Amino acid sequence: MGTAIKADAVAPWHRRRVRIYDREAPLGYLLLVPTLLILGIFLLYPFLFGIWLSITDSELGNLGNFIGLGNYRFEWRNTDGVFYTAVANTFLYTGVTTVFKLALGLVMALLLNQAFPFRRFVRAALLLPYIIPTVLSYEAWRWMFDPTFSVINWLLVNTHLVAYPGPNWLGVPANAMAALMIVNVWRGTPFYAIAFLAGIQVIPLDLYEAARVDGATRWQQFTNITLPMLRPVLLVVLLLSTILTFADFQGPFVLTNGAPYNSTQLLSIWAYQWGIPGGAIGLGAAISLVLFPLLTLVVAGVLFMLRRPE
Amino acid sequence: MASVTYEHVTKKFSADTTAVDDLSLSIKDTEFMVLVGPSGCGKSTALRMLAGLEDITAGQIKIDDQVVNEMPPRDRDVAMVFQSYALYPHMTVFDNMAFGLKMRGSSRTEMDSRVKEAARILRLDQLLARKPRQLSGGQRQRVALGRAIVRQPRAFLLDEPLSNLDAMLRVQTRIELQKMHQRLGTTFIYVTHDQVEAMTMGDRIAVMKDGVLQQVAPPREIYDEPVNMYVAGFIGSPRMNFLPVTITDHQAKASGLELKLPKAPGVARGILGIRPEHFLPNVSADDAVIDLKVEVLEVLGADQYLYGKVGSDELIARVDPQLKVSVDDHVRLGINMRRLHLFDPETEQAVF
Amino acid sequence: MASVARLKMGKPGTGRIVGDKWVGRAIRIYIPLLLLLVVTLFPFYWMAVTSFKSASELFDFSVSPLWVREPTLDWYKHLFTQTNFPHWAFNTAVVATVSTLISLFCSVLAGYSLARLRYRGADSIGWGIFVTYLVPPTLLFLPLTFVIRDLHLFNNLWSLILTYPTFLIPFCTWMLMGFFKSIPRELEEAALVDGATRIQAMFRIAIPLAIPGILAAALFAFTLSWNEFLYSLIFLNDSLVKTIPVGVTQELIHGDEFFWGELMAAALLGSVPVAVLYSFFVDHFVAGMTAGAVKG
Repeated sequence: MGTAIKADAVAPWHRRRVRIYDREAPLGYLLLVPTLLILGIFLLYPFLFGIWLSITDSELGNLGNFIGLGNYRFEWRNTDGVFYTAVANTFLYTGVTTVFKLALGLVMALLLNQAFPFRRFVRAALLLPYIIPTVLSYEAWRWMFDPTFSVINWLLVNTHLVAYPGPNWLGVPANAMAALMIVNVWRGTPFYAIAFLAGIQVIPLDLYEAARVDGATRWQQFTNITLPMLRPVLLVVLLLSTILTFADFQGPFVLTNGAPYNSTQLLSIWAYQWGIPGGAIGLGAAISLVLFPLLTLVVAGVLFMLRRPE
Repeated sequence: MASVTYEHVTKKFSADTTAVDDLSLSIKDTEFMVLVGPSGCGKSTALRMLAGLEDITAGQIKIDDQVVNEMPPRDRDVAMVFQSYALYPHMTVFDNMAFGLKMRGSSRTEMDSRVKEAARILRLDQLLARKPRQLSGGQRQRVALGRAIVRQPRAFLLDEPLSNLDAMLRVQTRIELQKMHQRLGTTFIYVTHDQVEAMTMGDRIAVMKDGVLQQVAPPREIYDEPVNMYVAGFIGSPRMNFLPVTITDHQAKASGLELKLPKAPGVARGILGIRPEHFLPNVSADDAVIDLKVEVLEVLGADQYLYGKVGSDELIARVDPQLKVSVDDHVRLGINMRRLHLFDPETEQAVF
Repeated sequence: MASVARLKMGKPGTGRIVGDKWVGRAIRIYIPLLLLLVVTLFPFYWMAVTSFKSASELFDFSVSPLWVREPTLDWYKHLFTQTNFPHWAFNTAVVATVSTLISLFCSVLAGYSLARLRYRGADSIGWGIFVTYLVPPTLLFLPLTFVIRDLHLFNNLWSLILTYPTFLIPFCTWMLMGFFKSIPRELEEAALVDGATRIQAMFRIAIPLAIPGILAAALFAFTLSWNEFLYSLIFLNDSLVKTIPVGVTQELIHGDEFFWGELMAAALLGSVPVAVLYSFFVDHFVAGMTAGAVKG
C-alpha cells in the first residue's frame, strides 16, 4: 500500500497542512518568558560579563581595562603554588566526599527501606543535616572542632581512642582537609539517601520475589537488581552533587576559609578572597571561571562512567 | 445530530509513519458507526482527528457540511469518552459532568438540571458528591458517559470505552450503550479492537488495518461477504479456517480434501475460507466431506470446538456439544457449500 | 501522589522474610541505623546543649560536657535584646518566601510548557535550563556585584529575591516537568473536547493535579533560599538587612572571639523553621524526588 504516494495524490485543496499543535507554540514560548527573563538577566548575562571581567583589571565597584589573559597567569601571584593547591584540593575534596556520600547514602537508603518502628521519624531525622542551613550546622561543627574545647576530642580521649589532648582538627593542614570532608559527607549523604530511597521504592517488588525464589542471596539481589535499577537515579544524583560539591563555598568558607596556610584552599574560596576582600574582581572572576571547564570535565566524566551499557 | 465525513484523510506522525492512510468514510446522521481493527491500525487516530486532538496531514473532515480541519476541539461540539475515562481526579462526579457546561457558560440551574437528569439515567444520583477514586470501574465508566451525555453534543466519540471493564460488566454496558444510542438519537462513532463489540453494536462497521480502511458495511454483510482475507479472519471467533488449494476448472484440491466449487473461479491457486461454524455434522451424498483428525477438544457447554488436521492443514470446527468425540478420533464433517469463501493468494481479495 | 500513599502504608515485601531471625535483623538493621542516627544528630544535640549552658559551664570540660547542669536562657535573651537577630530572621523569612513564590511562578509555567506543549525548540530549551547547573553561584557572584550595583540593589533584600531564582528555577522546573509528565495527557484532552481552551485546560486540570509536585518544589526552594549564604554575604552589608546565615557568622564572631552559646542559640533558632517544615512534608519531599529523579 504505497502510503506516501497516496497522500500526494490527494487533490491540492485537501493538502493544506494543518497542525493543531503549531498553535501550542505561542503559548509554549509565552510560558517560558518569566523563566528566560530571570535566567537571562541574572545568570546568562553575569556569566558572559564574568568572562569579560576576567580579561580586565577591574576592581570592586570599578570596571577596569582590557589586559588580555594576564589574570590567568596565576603563577604571578602564586609564589606558594596556591593555584595548583586549590585545583588539586577541589578535585580531592569532590572525589573523596563523593565516594563516601555515594556509599553511605546507599547504605542509608537500604536501611530506610526496611520496616522498623518509627520509620517516618527516623527518615526525617536522617534528612536533617541536608536541610538545616549549612552555615549554621557548620558553625556547630566548628565548635566541635575547637582547638581547646573540642567535644569530639573529649569523647575520643574519654573512650581512650586517642591520647590527650587529641588532634588539632582545624589547625593542622591534613586534619583540616579531613575535617572539611567529614562535615561535607555528613551534610551530603542524606541527599543521596533520599534520592536512592525514592529510586529503590519504584523497583517492582516481584523482581526481588522472583530472585528470592530463584535462590539469590541478599547480596546477589542487591548487585543484580537494586544497583542496575538505580542507574538513572544515580546519574542524576551524581551530576547534581558533584557540581555542587565542586563549586562548594559556604561550608569550607565557614569551617576553614582556606586555612591553615592555604592548605584547604579551594577555587571557590580563593576566587572570593581575591575578588571581595582583595578587591581584584578581574582576577577573582578569572579564578572562578577556571571552575567552568573543570566542571564540564567532571560532568563529562560522570556521564561517561554512567553511560547506558550497550 | 450530525453527519461526519472523512475525505481522503491522511495522518502522518513522521515522514515514514503513516497512522491513517487516505481514509474516506461518511457516517450518516444518528448512525452507530464502529471503527474496528487491531491496536495500531489507526482507528483511534482517526477518532482523535475528528475530536480535534490531532492535526490532519492531508484531506479534510466535515461535520455536517462544515470543514472542521482547523477548528479547535472546543468549537466542534462533539463529546468524547476515553478508554481510561479521563475523569478529572480532583473534581467530584458532579463537577466532572458539569465541566463541559461550565466551559460553555451554562447557567447554574441548567447545569444542575442536566447533570441530575444524566445522573438519573445512569444511576449515578447517589454518587454525585464523590471523587472518581472512590468509584468502582463500572461507576467511573458511567461517569465518563454521563460527562458526554450532559453536553448534548452533535456526535459521541467513544474510544474503547469498555476495554477496562470486566467481562460481565462489558456485556451489560454494551446493551446499555445501544439503548442510549436509540434514546438519544445522536451519531455515535465507536472505536474498538473487539470484533464482538463491533458486530453487536454497530449499524455499520469499518474495518481498518495499518491505517487503511478495508471494508465498511453492516455487521451481517461484513460477516457474510468479507472483501478480503484480513476482514474474513478478523471478524468471527474462532477465526475462519484458511486452506490453500490448487484449482483446475471447478475442482479445488487441498492436502486432505477435494471439492467441487459452485462456480469456476478462473484462477489456478486459491485460498479456501471456511468458518468453523459452517461444517455440517450430517453428511449427505453430494456434500463435500472432510476427514478431521482431532488433536485438541474444547467443550464450552453450548459449543464444542475441534482442533485438528485435515491432511497437513490445521483446522478448527465448531460442532454440537452432544457429538461424542475424543482425541485422535477421525471425524467426518460436511462443508456448507453456500457459505464457502475463496480468496486470491496474491492479493488476498475475495474471489467469492 | 501514589508514592506518598505507598510510603505511609509500608508495602508488602519489605516486611520480615520467613526465616529472618531477630538477631540477624539487629545486626543488619538496628545497629547501623542507630550509629547513623547518633552521628547525624549529635551536632544538633551539641548545638542545643551548648545554647543552654552558662558562660562558665561552656568551657568546663572537667565534668562531662554532654549534659547541662544549670540550664539558662541567657544566650537567647541576649540574642533577642543585644543583637539584630530578630531583623535577620524577618529578612530571611521575607527573602525565602518571596523568592520561592517567584521561582514557583516561573517554574510551574516553564515546567508545564516544556513537559506538555509541543513546539520547536522545547527540548533544547529544557536542556539549556538544566545546563545552567554548570554555572553555580560561585561562578556568578563577582560579575553579579556589578549587576546589583547598576540596579542600585546593594543592601536591599531585592538583590537576593531576584538572584535566588537563578538556582531555584532550574531545579524546580525539572522537578515539575516530571510531575506534569506523570499526569495523563488524556485528562487535558478531555477538557479540550469538553470546551476548554488550552489555557483553561492547564489551569483547571494540569496545575491542580500537580499540586503535590508544586508543594515539593516549594519546600525545596524555600529551604535553599533560607540556607543561601554567598549572595547574601556579598550583597548585604548593613546589619539590619542581613539574613540569618550572614548575620550569625559575621556579627556573633568578633575577630578571634567566638560567642559559642549565642552562636549555637542562633543556629538552633535559624534551623527550626525548615526542620518543622520538613517534618510535616517529608513525604512530599520524597515524592518530589521520585517524580524528578525517576520519571524525569
